Amino acid sequence: MVDRLLGRSHGDGQPENPNAAVWAHVQQARNLKRPHTLELLKAMADEFVELHGDRLFGDDSAIVAGLARISGRRIVVIGFQKGQDTEENIRRNFGLPHPEGYRKAMRVMELAERYGMPILTFVDVQGAFPGAAAEERGIAEAIARSVGLMTRLRTPIVVVITGEGGSGGALGLAVGDVVLALENSIYSVISPEGCASILWRSSDQSQAAAVAMKVTAGEQVELGVVDAVIPEPGEGAHTDPAETARLVRDVVLERLDVLGRLSLDDLVEARFKRYRAYGPYTVAERPAAPPERVGITDRLRGLLTKPTMPPFPGTRRTGPSGREEV
Amino acid sequence: MPVRLPFRPRRDAYPPDLWTKCPGCAEMLFNKQLDKSLRVCPHCGHHFRIPAKTRIEQLVDSGSFIERDSDLSPVDALGFVDLKAYPDRLMAAQLSTGLRDAAVWGIGNIGGRPVSMCVMDFGFIGGSMGSVVGEKVARAGEAAIADRIPLIIISSSGGARMQEGTYSLMQLVKTMGVVERVKAARVPFISVMTDPTTGGVFASFAVVGDVNLAEPNALIRFAGDRVSSGTISEELPAGYARAEFWFSHGFVDRIVARAHLRDEIIALLGFLIAPPLNGSAETPQAPVSRPRSFLSALTGALTGENVAESHNGETGASRGEAPRG
Repeated sequence: MVDRLLGRSHGDGQPENPNAAVWAHVQQARNLKRPHTLELLKAMADEFVELHGDRLFGDDSAIVAGLARISGRRIVVIGFQKGQDTEENIRRNFGLPHPEGYRKAMRVMELAERYGMPILTFVDVQGAFPGAAAEERGIAEAIARSVGLMTRLRTPIVVVITGEGGSGGALGLAVGDVVLALENSIYSVISPEGCASILWRSSDQSQAAAVAMKVTAGEQVELGVVDAVIPEPGEGAHTDPAETARLVRDVVLERLDVLGRLSLDDLVEARFKRYRAYGPYTVAERPAAPPERVGITDRLRGLLTKPTMPPFPGTRRTGPSGREEV
Repeated sequence: MPVRLPFRPRRDAYPPDLWTKCPGCAEMLFNKQLDKSLRVCPHCGHHFRIPAKTRIEQLVDSGSFIERDSDLSPVDALGFVDLKAYPDRLMAAQLSTGLRDAAVWGIGNIGGRPVSMCVMDFGFIGGSMGSVVGEKVARAGEAAIADRIPLIIISSSGGARMQEGTYSLMQLVKTMGVVERVKAARVPFISVMTDPTTGGVFASFAVVGDVNLAEPNALIRFAGDRVSSGTISEELPAGYARAEFWFSHGFVDRIVARAHLRDEIIALLGFLIAPPLNGSAETPQAPVSRPRSFLSALTGALTGENVAESHNGETGASRGEAPRG
């Protein structure tokens, strides 16, 4: 199974351990020396004014937001910021954002909408900070509202996944008209470690989880979640941040030109439709569909063709916690 | 032991699990009695998890619920295999629950008012949200907008379904996109969080209701134990991330015991009324005395009620605030 998956996505047919190839990709995406938002901006923007604070609680240094001038254009840039060394990482909470980060992002995105500036986001985050401080201040609410806001913002949004696109924490800044990804980046619903510890009940299986979730940028393009891959120079983005920034800038400006030609109504409608359409499902064919007015109980029972005794209301299943039979 | 006699065949249909041990107080509870108390322990008030269809039966006017899209079925788009192949997990869950995926949605009446309702079922792969669940939530929201009836979502979910990869993550956007439209249309949205509401479900539609209700002691949390203990090490206090925790931190409006949930929803719906589409106050008013069939209630929601303010209190009182049990 794994061979088949990899055969399709890589096709090089090398006899090396296929899990290892994907895992190397994950490691590359996590490379501390990869350029993050501020490094990319330094190379691609003529001017950048960072804005701080969510006006509610504080300022989150794991997410940076501000006004940039890139090739003469005014663009609001928001992105995750990991540190490049231990000291900076401690200051930036290892790039794990608290709710304040997303609330700052929302505030700045609304600014962009009001002043007619397009939004560019850089996504590189393992996930939102999973500790109590983030939880009790409503990290879930902050992410939900940020995602909701981005589905309806009346200004073009371009998302670039530059490293790790990890779970809801990444998604909070990753809803856009165009979603791009650097070649060595990853995008997943949960970190491979988290997936392995839940589904395999062992974090040793992170490599298998990474393969199963199809985390690589190329695979995400095949799934249609990412629109296009931006190639990285040389051995990876960390070897030449300036060239990486130039490649990113060219693609982003090109995409913004295309988006700028759409009316805002069409833009927002197209963005909504894009996300509305995600996720495959089928409509199961049933022998003799029952008429619409049949109660739900009958319909559900009709689905259940297994010859068991009729379930008692509410006693159908053993709850996860402690029902004992006597 | 049941005696097998030809004239008492019903004995064969007795379930082997007549009793349930309450995880809250370790009391042995007779299942029939537990069902009568809406699967809440009469001794300690522990709220057992209940299947979606049981939840619907408890909330809607008897026989008024019409399920929609029960035939939507999940697809294994990634060819996902962990310890078990995803299609096998789906098959097992479908057999044990009788559902095709972890949510049921449809239109029903609550206290005589039509609502669009989506209920998640924890028994189906932990109530996890894959493409089908996201689609059903979205369709429930769209039906609420189209019919201008309230949207009620009862969450019970471990979060996004890992086996569908980033497609599951995209369901957060899909559902939030629709919820934003529900709000823009000024259609009421009541979110009920039950045990458990975690991960991507908590971080999308469940937390942004016009009114957020929660069942007592429900686990509500963004980062699961296994996720956060693997990533950071931090001691968590007892009662952490339970419904009462969220109430005190301001993310839940009311904690409602299961026995009162229906009445609470009826009372809230008496206040939250979708205004007419064009915002015109001159819309002709339907006669208030008309018997409330499904259709007339619908027309009422579309045109009447909120027009004349003098009727608001009256209709709200007669319709909304049924005596509490």
